[in-house]
Amino acid sequence: MGEFKVHRVRFFDYMPTAIRAMAFNSRTERLALARADGALEIFNFADNYFQEKVIPGQDGRAVEALCWVGQRLFSAGLNGEITEYDLENLRPRYTVEAYGGPIWTISSNSQGTLLAVGCEDGTVKMFEILEERIQFQRNLDRQKGRIISLSWHPSGTLIAAGMMDMIRIFDAETGRATHRLLVERGVGASKSKEVVVWSIVFLSDHTIVSGDSAGKVQIWDGVTGTLVRTQLVTKWDVLALSVSNDESSLVAGTSEGTVVQFQFISSTVGQQDKEWVRTRTFKNHSHDVRALAHTETAVVSGGMDTQLVVRPLLDKVEKNTQESALRKMTLPHRSLVCCAKKAGLLLFQFPDHLELWRLGESDGHGKPGDSLPVKRKPEKLIQLKRKGEDHICCSALSPCGGWLAYSTVTSFRLYRLQNNNISITKVSKLPKDLRSAHQLCFSPDSSKLFASSSHSSVIVVALNQPECKYLHTLKPKSGESEQPVHLLFASEDGKWLATANTDCEIHVYNLDKLKLHCTVPVYSSCPTAIAIHPTTSNLVAVHADQQIFEFSLVQKEYTEWSRKLQKQGLHSLWLERDTPITHVAFNPQNPAHIILHDTFMFCIIDQSLPLPEAKTPFYNQMTLRSLPEPQRIIHSHAFKICKNFQHLMCVSLLEDHSLVVVERPLLNIMSQLPAPVRQKKFAT
Amino acid sequence: MNKTITVDVLREPVRANHSTGLAGAEKQRFRWPLTFNCLFSRDPTSSTFFSSSMAALYEGYTLCGLAPAQNLLSSGIQGVEAERDSDHVVVTDSTRSVTLYKVSDQKPLSSWTVKQGQTLTCSAVYNSQTKEYVAVSDGKVIRIWKEEEILLDKAFKATVSSDVWRVHCVAGGEPVVLFQRGAVRLLDSLLSAPQQSIEEILAQEEVIRWSTNIVTESQQVVIFTTEQKGDHFLYLQRLNPNTLQRYRLEREEPGLSPLSFSASCRDKHICLLYLYPNGHVYQSVVPVRGLGADEGAQALLMPRSLLLALPIGEGLLEAASAQVLDDAHVAVVGVPHPSAGAGKDFLCIWNTNFQTLQAGKEMAGKIYGQLWRYSNKLFIPHGKTLSVIPYEWPKSSLASALGKLRQAKTEESKAPTSVPSWNNILHEEKAHPLRTVETRKTRTNRKSQSAPSLTNDHILELIKTAPVEEVQKEVEVLLSRMDVQGLQPSVGQLASTLVSRSLDDPTFYTPSSLAQLVHTRCLCHSVCPDLVLLALERKDYFLCQLCLQFFPDIPEAVTCACLKAFISMPDVDAEKVSVEPDGVSFMESLMARERGPLGLQNGFSPIEMDRSDSLGVGDTRAEDKEKATTPTVQICPVGLHKAVLLNEILQTAYSDSFLLPHLKDLSSQHVLLFLQYLQFLYLKYSQDAFPQMHGLRSPSLTQIMDWVCLLLDAHFTVLVMTPEAKGLLLNLHSFVKSQVRLVSELGKIEGSLQELNKMKVKKDVGQYSIEVIELF
Repeated sequence: MGEFKVHRVRFFDYMPTAIRAMAFNSRTERLALARADGALEIFNFADNYFQEKVIPGQDGRAVEALCWVGQRLFSAGLNGEITEYDLENLRPRYTVEAYGGPIWTISSNSQGTLLAVGCEDGTVKMFEILEERIQFQRNLDRQKGRIISLSWHPSGTLIAAGMMDMIRIFDAETGRATHRLLVERGVGASKSKEVVVWSIVFLSDHTIVSGDSAGKVQIWDGVTGTLVRTQLVTKWDVLALSVSNDESSLVAGTSEGTVVQFQFISSTVGQQDKEWVRTRTFKNHSHDVRALAHTETAVVSGGMDTQLVVRPLLDKVEKNTQESALRKMTLPHRSLVCCAKKAGLLLFQFPDHLELWRLGESDGHGKPGDSLPVKRKPEKLIQLKRKGEDHICCSALSPCGGWLAYSTVTSFRLYRLQNNNISITKVSKLPKDLRSAHQLCFSPDSSKLFASSSHSSVIVVALNQPECKYLHTLKPKSGESEQPVHLLFASEDGKWLATANTDCEIHVYNLDKLKLHCTVPVYSSCPTAIAIHPTTSNLVAVHADQQIFEFSLVQKEYTEWSRKLQKQGLHSLWLERDTPITHVAFNPQNPAHIILHDTFMFCIIDQSLPLPEAKTPFYNQMTLRSLPEPQRIIHSHAFKICKNFQHLMCVSLLEDHSLVVVERPLLNIMSQLPAPVRQKKFAT
Repeated sequence: MNKTITVDVLREPVRANHSTGLAGAEKQRFRWPLTFNCLFSRDPTSSTFFSSSMAALYEGYTLCGLAPAQNLLSSGIQGVEAERDSDHVVVTDSTRSVTLYKVSDQKPLSSWTVKQGQTLTCSAVYNSQTKEYVAVSDGKVIRIWKEEEILLDKAFKATVSSDVWRVHCVAGGEPVVLFQRGAVRLLDSLLSAPQQSIEEILAQEEVIRWSTNIVTESQQVVIFTTEQKGDHFLYLQRLNPNTLQRYRLEREEPGLSPLSFSASCRDKHICLLYLYPNGHVYQSVVPVRGLGADEGAQALLMPRSLLLALPIGEGLLEAASAQVLDDAHVAVVGVPHPSAGAGKDFLCIWNTNFQTLQAGKEMAGKIYGQLWRYSNKLFIPHGKTLSVIPYEWPKSSLASALGKLRQAKTEESKAPTSVPSWNNILHEEKAHPLRTVETRKTRTNRKSQSAPSLTNDHILELIKTAPVEEVQKEVEVLLSRMDVQGLQPSVGQLASTLVSRSLDDPTFYTPSSLAQLVHTRCLCHSVCPDLVLLALERKDYFLCQLCLQFFPDIPEAVTCACLKAFISMPDVDAEKVSVEPDGVSFMESLMARERGPLGLQNGFSPIEMDRSDSLGVGDTRAEDKEKATTPTVQICPVGLHKAVLLNEILQTAYSDSFLLPHLKDLSSQHVLLFLQYLQFLYLKYSQDAFPQMHGLRSPSLTQIMDWVCLLLDAHFTVLVMTPEAKGLLLNLHSFVKSQVRLVSELGKIEGSLQELNKMKVKKDVGQYSIEVIELF
């Protein structure tokens, strides 16, 4: 197979931010997740938990709560505003000021007609949900003390509000407070501190469940306003509650990083009387669990330690299947690294700046396993701070290293780089149409820039030395998807441009004719990486369910190899991987090679070799190494997998045929987190 | 009277400061071995370091205030000299006055001052024979006065022809005058002709740095050191007959001069101890008697040995002083505490034999490098006070130095306890004006006791005469009355007295009191060497067991004597002995396992059952030696209590070479029995995978095997010749064979195991590297 010189890069200090809020839409099986920097992410739980959309954050937008109303997504935050998002153009649609100070919580009634927000000034404000916007309706009785949490009764007639030291129940129609439930403070030193009711759930049988800062989960009778049961689950705070759709299971997230499950079951077998019983405790987080979602089959949790954890409930899923595996998602499902193959440069994208690095050099030769002496160390050439308060949503570096572009939701910027004497000049005259982009891509000869825009369209811009000129807007056939393009790939020969959107469509445009060449047959899973082969013009697409397709652009059909692969099926170990392939590349030296990577491995597929049978050992590099040369060929198969490098952000092949791997070890991320709450450990 | 009391009450806060420091320190008592400093961390709550493991520094108190010089370089005190007894001192300040103090009262008794314009140039000394004070003013005027004389100017004066360096006078000796140019005269002979000419001994640029005067039974010696162009010399001026000897001190690092000297007399030799600014403490020993012919001719190089290398932190020592306390202890002031950072304001007691720090105390304020010691008090000027710090130290033993022995005082030293508290005297304890110094805790304990009981001394007296019952009662009361810390000093005394009475008086024996004393864990064998033997003699095996358990330093001979006594004791007698319940329950659980499987076999009893009288196990076994690869000795060859006692022997510390000769004294029968017992234990441990569970005291497998080896070493030839031992030896041989096989098997895979180790080594990947990989 061959030797590779690998530039092992660990200086990309990518740091995900803490998870603040979550909302699960059980109808569309989409999870909306808000992070501390205001960024919003949409995960498709029906499609291998693929992170299909990311709406970049904004300075000052602190999302405190999220709420789905049908397919519409609302957020509210401590800036006092309610925001509805445009999920097709990946930007906030509009923002409404609630005039009640910081907003702690947002909740819609089950009918989807009213939105209630809890404000710092003690008011619960009702907004009517209209077709295109929301409109303030009225305030409920104003209370002393902030409203921290809200929950509608499924009937829509009552609202329970968690406050400081108490819970209030309001009549949603009259706006009158009907009950006041006093929540006991913590014992000892915390006796003097107000107890905060962080989360509240109103069940259809008028049971109210509350989680508070004294570490209690309390079950109340909402009709009489009496306390039914108290369960102390932590020494710290209970921050989040979530109940399953059938109201038979409830989970509580704590500051200790645990998630405690309660189930509505009869305590003794054969008895009819059911009660809420504490059943399981999951510990998948090192820090506060700030957000929780109880899906049909799993508990989804997230918090300060930035990981999204999907913990299947083993009584709801089949055991020992892929479905029953615990998933932790830390790194994004898209590439934040751009590699200029010809210039040996790396561009790292952070929410608020870009970093341009030049790779190091070594002139030594070594045998496999060696580390070569580094003759020239890598250096950071440019750190470019973004302008404005919107975070960077995409960026690109031209293969020659001479152009750099980035976009936020409101602005687009293009820079000319001179690498010899390191200078950067902003290109001031930009085409009017180029205001913002979801995804950016330069043509391999660096003469064109492609920017995906609204409605799956792609703007083509010609880059000339003094200025850049708008050429064309490529559009799929009208009436097709409105979803944003999340993948762009321009072929090496400059003839093709491929786009993929979150509706799973892949379009290929002919750049000579500037029109749509073909659409790849739509596959049910979202493409996570696409690429066009430089010589054969075959498009390789990898999907969230780990399937690989090769589509001939000339014949407009799947290739022989692709059919063979589909017929034989991928190896089960390949399918069981739980991170998507985020990049596809080719080896110019050997046209049969396809280079792919996910977070935990990179893989070179040799199309000339037989595909692995179901029973062949899949990860066979160690075995092959130990075999004598002639025997290797008997045992080798198409998938060459290397796990030497881990938590990969990027794997790319430079023009000099050396590989660049950008690692971000999770341990480094963990070590940068703040200290968790103190816990008594045995023998400490 | 009233006035004095007020003054002293006002002084109370100063003492309170000291006492808070001590109270903090008492919370944690550490030992500080020199080499293990890193083990100790500074306790943030306490600024005082106090090791009470052995030598102890007691709560200090202020004798008087100081008027230090403006630049704070000197303390304002020229000298502190002993007066009539250990409770009186004469303090001479650096200018004009001499004050007599009663130390325990912290009170000046009288004071004398020379006229304005005159200066005292050497510290006043007390001539106990004539009850006169001698001082020198303005270099040449010798003044002599008695306590009754109030005005110094009217006292006797004599002007001599050369400048005086010091007047020395120690108890049992005559006052001697040392002139600045090195001549020495007895005061009497000098006063008979004050203007006599004084010869010059020292060379032109040679100056005296320090001097002292030592009186041995036969000789009075004036010792002084001089400095000449960086070289240091020691002069020994013997009086009657007068001989002078000059030694040259070896040079330390260039530029370093000794900071302090201290001399003591030991076995007709003078020990000189001197401290250098680099923290090195050297000792030189010179004979009191002269060498003979070539005396004084030229300076001999004085041999020295490095006694201590004190940790000095950063930089060199500036104001520090070392004082010999006894042949094993040195008090050092102005040197940092090894575990308290760089601060140099500590008073420490070091054990020079074992290089361990025995006690330490932080001194507030500047240290001037002055330190005097009279009887058992240290006098230290620091900051603006002259403090008195009583101390005590026991005989130096390894156990004590290592802190194994917590505190066992063997000497009779009541003195450090004689500081009265004005508060007590005035307010509470009028009945006992000379109450000993106690911790607050004991004081409150005492208060809660309605009837005051006997003090230590009374009990010691009582033990010598009173009947058994009374002694037992009083000891019990004493032990229950005090907490362990207050108790420590007296336990050794109590035990020694009890043991010596018991040895003298065959009818007197107090097993329960002795057991209680041993239980305090404040005793060790070297403190009370006769205790174990006494217990053996009186067949008090329970006490023996306790001693074996709690004493860290039982000699091998005594261990062996115990072993002999235990092993030869008939099982019937042994069962009557009361033993430690812990050991019993351990053995019971071990033996229960032996019965368990037997009961399971449906009444079938294997052959071993028939020879439950154990001694004959070997010979029947000899027949089925073919099957000996899996020995199944299930019956404990000794009784329960005997086994417990033997276990205790197995757990005592020993060194092979000392134990071996004593083991040879055992008879072959006993050796055989003991070996059988050890084999039984070994089998129990290895067959049943029986670790030392339950947290009970039990011998470890290694201990058992070590004893097997020792016994075989000592008696192998005898055992080989004994027919009964044959089976046993075969069994043991098979154990060894299996062990050897195991080890050799392990040896075979050693290479692979090491490879495993190598594989675990993980490369440290930096931020960037260029690597070569190969895919197949």
